[in-house]
Amino acid sequence: MSVIVFAEHNENIFKKSSFEAISYGKDLADKLNTNCVAVAIGCSDTNALSNLGKYGASKVLNATGNTLKVFEAAAFAKAFCEVAQSQSGNVVIISNTYNGKSLAPRVAARMNASIVSGIVAMADTTSGFSVKKSCFSNKAFTYVQMKEANKVLALVPNSYPAKESGSSVTPENVSVAVSDADIKTISKSISTVKGKVPLTEAEVVVSGGRGMKGPENWGMIEELAEWLGAATACSKPVADMDWRPHSEHVGQTGITIKPNLYMAIGISGAIQHLAGVGSSKVICVINKDPEAPFFKAADYGIVGDAFEVLPQLIERAKQLKA
Amino acid sequence: MKILVCISVVPDTTTKITFTDANSKFNTAGVQFIVNPYDELALTKALELTEQYGGTVTVINVGTDTEPVIRKALAIGATDAIRVNAEPKDAMFVAAQIAAQAKAGGFDLVFTGRESIDYNGGMVAGLVAEMLDWPLLNVVTKIEVNGNTVLATRDIDGGKEDLECQLPCVASAQKDLCEPRIPNMRGIMGARTKPLNVVEPFAGFDFADYHLYELPPAKQGVRLIDPANAGELIDLLHNEKKVI
Ligand SMILES: Cc1cc2nc3c(=O)[nH]c(=O)nc-3n(C[C@H](O)[C@H](O)[C@H](O)COP(=O)(O)OP(=O)(O)OC[C@H]3O[C@@H](n4cnc5c(N)ncnc54)[C@H](O)[C@@H]3O)c2cc1C
Repeated sequence: MSVIVFAEHNENIFKKSSFEAISYGKDLADKLNTNCVAVAIGCSDTNALSNLGKYGASKVLNATGNTLKVFEAAAFAKAFCEVAQSQSGNVVIISNTYNGKSLAPRVAARMNASIVSGIVAMADTTSGFSVKKSCFSNKAFTYVQMKEANKVLALVPNSYPAKESGSSVTPENVSVAVSDADIKTISKSISTVKGKVPLTEAEVVVSGGRGMKGPENWGMIEELAEWLGAATACSKPVADMDWRPHSEHVGQTGITIKPNLYMAIGISGAIQHLAGVGSSKVICVINKDPEAPFFKAADYGIVGDAFEVLPQLIERAKQLKA
Repeated sequence: MKILVCISVVPDTTTKITFTDANSKFNTAGVQFIVNPYDELALTKALELTEQYGGTVTVINVGTDTEPVIRKALAIGATDAIRVNAEPKDAMFVAAQIAAQAKAGGFDLVFTGRESIDYNGGMVAGLVAEMLDWPLLNVVTKIEVNGNTVLATRDIDGGKEDLECQLPCVASAQKDLCEPRIPNMRGIMGARTKPLNVVEPFAGFDFADYHLYELPPAKQGVRLIDPANAGELIDLLHNEKKVI
């Protein structure tokens, strides 16, 4: 028995969510009196691999093969399961990134495992194996008993802290029996915005709504975000009117995020918006309407005009970071 | 082309979520149920594809009291429907039922929403794909069919990926795929007589129990900051909450 964690990287750079997943795997392995193995696929940076030990992996394995250069859910699932099996792995942790969401179900189906996605806290192993997950679009939580011996836990990014509790380990390359025939979808092109923190991984998010009046006013949002090292987001109507790209749209029908800090500027706080941001750890709301529903979900609020408040916030953020 | 669209029946997005039976059950009293919004996109896209290339759209739901919502999907334009007569216990159970029906019915494309807005798992499409050993186009904002080849654009962290596969395959719909269709009067009238086949579930796949629910802790109440001295907010976030 062992706990196997999928360590996801993008061009040899491991994701923060993978460090979180490894720390989760380590703490879970301690409860189960076993060890935590990190499994990467197609990584060619030995230092990056050994570094995974710091987050709690006692062993780091890297599946290699020509077919494993670009993420492909079916081939990666096959490779991952082969390595997991060689370690008698029966509890698998995969972070709920976009790739993770394609990989986790394939792994679960291959292993005939209980699968729960959207996990937000450490499993309770005192009686059976119970996990807490968010449900009803973050309006509630539910506890789930995972009944099979094999389990796949899909963890929400930013729900468990990455902890540097261990030391680096020497990674081992494992060649797996995956061939071209296992590739089911062919990647044609990938476009990503370089140098920007993906919204789902951002610790601080500055978000604007219709109260910002028009796309020409987003300079202030971006400036504040830059000083705070934050990602930018927006409400649905803002994306619908093409003031901002759809990739920034958060809420029930957009992206769900869980940053340490969510700053909402000129957003009313409709229930569908809250569904995507309500579980942020600290929420600040800036709105000129004291009756805006968002204030009920906020930790801090400023009742005021965004165009007067934002310059002051930018000024103080500058002083702080300078 | 034969398309199977998976419909999850979920509480309306404005529902106030409460629980009964010592927080062990979702309280359905007074709740309005709807077709999961992402599944509505899958359904609309499936209809567009069959209008372009010919074929049929069958909707499938795993559920017990879900006929009215299934009829709504038929009113939007699906050809017929399958209801697997069982409580949708968890993703694995639901996926196993769908995979079995997809195989038996000779479908070319299984289309789901990216996730259901009640349990937000987003696992069914991937599970079905693996059970059938089919390609998976997960969380797609664009999909085109050209003979047996499917071209799609999927969301990835911080961007997009264009990818290609062969039919049969499984796809899941993300926002922006299309504008959801609204049923018209003729559709609503016609839906009453469209075939809805009720089938019994396959046994097994009893892998997980959802046994307890809880609401998030109430916020302490908002602390208001003077708009004339807004910079104080930054100080509080830095010194008190330590989040910046
Ligand atoms: C099925 C469904 C799904 C949906 N999904 C989403 C979703 O995923 N995400 C989402 O965001 N919405 C979603 N919505 C829409 C949602 O209901 C709201 O309409 C939307 O969130 C409102 O956006 P907003 O707050 O930017 O705009 P508004 O509601 O128009 O609010 C603008 C706010 O700005 C304030 N304001 C105006 N001027 C200023 C100023 N100068 N300074 C400070 N404050 C100012 C106003 O007081 C107001 O509160 C969904 C709706 C439905 C029906």
